[in-house]
Amino acid sequence: MSVATKPAPPAGASSLAQNQLPRYTTQLVLVLSIAAGAGLSALFGGFSIVSFAVLSVLAFLVVNTVLSGVVEGRRKAKDKLVTGLVYTAFGIALVPLVSVIWSVVDNGMARFSIDFLTTSMRNVTGLNDQQALEGTAPFIGGAYHAILGTFLITGLATVISVPIGLLTSVYLVEYGRGRLAKAITFFVDVMTGIPSIVAGLFAAALFAVLFGVGTRNGFAGAVALSVLMIPVVVRSSEEMLRIVPNELREAAYALGVPKWRTIVRVVIPTAISGIASGVTLAIARVVGETAPLIVTAGFTSSINNNPFSDWMMSLPAYVYSQAMRPLSGSSPQPSFDRAWAAALTLILIVMLLNLVARLIARLFAPKTGR
Amino acid sequence: MTTTEPPPTERPAVARRPKTRPGDRIFSRSAQVAGILILVILAGVAAFLVREALPTFTADPSEIDGGKGFFSYVWPLVFGTLAAAVIALIVATPLALGIALFISHYAPRRLAQGLGYIVDLLAAIPSVVFGLWGIQWLAPQVQPAWGWLADNLGFIPLFSGPASATGRTMMTAGLVLAVMILPIITAVSREVFLQTPTLHEEAALALGATRWEMIRMAVIPFGRPGIISGIMLGLGRALGETMAVAMVLSTGGFTWSMVTAGNNTIAAEIALDFPESSGLKTNTLIAAGLVLFAITLAVNMFARWIVSRRSEFSGAN
Repeated sequence: MSVATKPAPPAGASSLAQNQLPRYTTQLVLVLSIAAGAGLSALFGGFSIVSFAVLSVLAFLVVNTVLSGVVEGRRKAKDKLVTGLVYTAFGIALVPLVSVIWSVVDNGMARFSIDFLTTSMRNVTGLNDQQALEGTAPFIGGAYHAILGTFLITGLATVISVPIGLLTSVYLVEYGRGRLAKAITFFVDVMTGIPSIVAGLFAAALFAVLFGVGTRNGFAGAVALSVLMIPVVVRSSEEMLRIVPNELREAAYALGVPKWRTIVRVVIPTAISGIASGVTLAIARVVGETAPLIVTAGFTSSINNNPFSDWMMSLPAYVYSQAMRPLSGSSPQPSFDRAWAAALTLILIVMLLNLVARLIARLFAPKTGR
Repeated sequence: MTTTEPPPTERPAVARRPKTRPGDRIFSRSAQVAGILILVILAGVAAFLVREALPTFTADPSEIDGGKGFFSYVWPLVFGTLAAAVIALIVATPLALGIALFISHYAPRRLAQGLGYIVDLLAAIPSVVFGLWGIQWLAPQVQPAWGWLADNLGFIPLFSGPASATGRTMMTAGLVLAVMILPIITAVSREVFLQTPTLHEEAALALGATRWEMIRMAVIPFGRPGIISGIMLGLGRALGETMAVAMVLSTGGFTWSMVTAGNNTIAAEIALDFPESSGLKTNTLIAAGLVLFAITLAVNMFARWIVSRRSEFSGAN
């Protein structure tokens, strides 16, 4: 080491504090770079948020690294550069999140109303949209039929998936030994990776074979969603059942309780909060699925209460059709507004389900007594 | 493991068969049937897709869309699918690793979990909303960037102009996909980063490593298989994602350029054409879906294989 050849530190300064920038340097550089970024951005062809942010970040990264490199050495400079990059990465990730939520709320609020939630698109045409845009007629047309369809299809999918998924996870945790259990675990993994459009094609092909080509109804959509939902339910309930302490099972067996009653009365109730929240999250996942529904349930502008016959609209398909095929080609804005309002409704449903899942997990968590 | 059977040494000479109750039998059978049902469903998925796809391969090549048989129909779609997914990966991977490191090693402890939820929120947003956002907000915003690329880097085939005036290009679709796979890669890498043995980290720090050196020497080597599998899972999602591409991309025939309208992915082609298709076209689309299924299956298998290899040899257990 070269300690001996170095000049003695000046009196009063610790040798450990040598070659170190004061702590406030980073904050100072940050403030200065933001100011510089604003200045440079204004200088180069007008101020804009994007150029301001990019220039500030660049200025901060360069100045902070160079300053540290000159005073503290290469290693610390690299460390500071990476720290800066990591913070920047997180900042960049917030941009799409904030912008998605902001644009959905901002654009969605334009038409989001009780009227929107309680009327359907029946007999609403491009002419109505044109008149609404000109101000000669009120804005009409809502998403009631789509909301109803989403609830019916997702509800049916839940009714199909939860018993199968839950029983399978019980089998895997309590009974499954050997090759069948291994095969099921493996193929549940495979199922998790099925692209949603392929699940839709499966249901479409199944119903084409069973009920004739071109059969589209809500139930076919529910089958497609079940293919996507079952593996999620199996995975989450399996995890929850596995963490039920073995002592509980053994205590039940010791009291002479049959195995099935142990599972139904001891194991499942202990894990029910986790299972319920897992199921709710699975519902939240499939409620926004679009691709399988547009190939199985189709589109309609009328209310359809019967998922077993005729085409049925769902919220995601409604967003898709309003955004991609506006009712009136020359004045598409009312259709876009409907798409945004429906997107807002959809996000509200998904967020609500996520919130419910969290609440269930917290409220019904088993009392540990410790 | 704890078992309900007594150890073999204490077993009486005459083993008594345990009494089987009807309730037990019914319950265990129904659980087993549910498990088998999953296998049946999956077999059904494969069987029905193959059955409906078969006419494509037996039909006269001139009857297939494009007139030159199935494979010349499907390869531009495969190219588009891969191109969109690769763009998404190139954008999302560095960002996701940065975010995962931020949450696991940089953010203040108290904030870290909340920040994790924020990134998970991205995963909860339905894909159709991303599509709507991509077409109405993102595409106009990024269009100038593609114009710049076409003007300045146009000699590279990928950026040859003229750039699309609407911004509805493969690059934009790839960006939307990147946002959608960001939470997956982040979640997986965050989990493995958090599992790094604290002793490794502390040892590195005690030897005088800076935080970045500690991460490079202790965290990254430990988490590498997790990072790879996270990327693979993200790739699987990007390959199968439908709506973002179907809504954002202005589809068309094959072109090398990523900044003009054109190209299409398998999933988007199915979503756009299936509702109005009939006859052989339906079969062709289902065959294309089968190709997509095979690709994603291979990618996901690879990811799981890496994860399982890691769990056997990792130092964590």
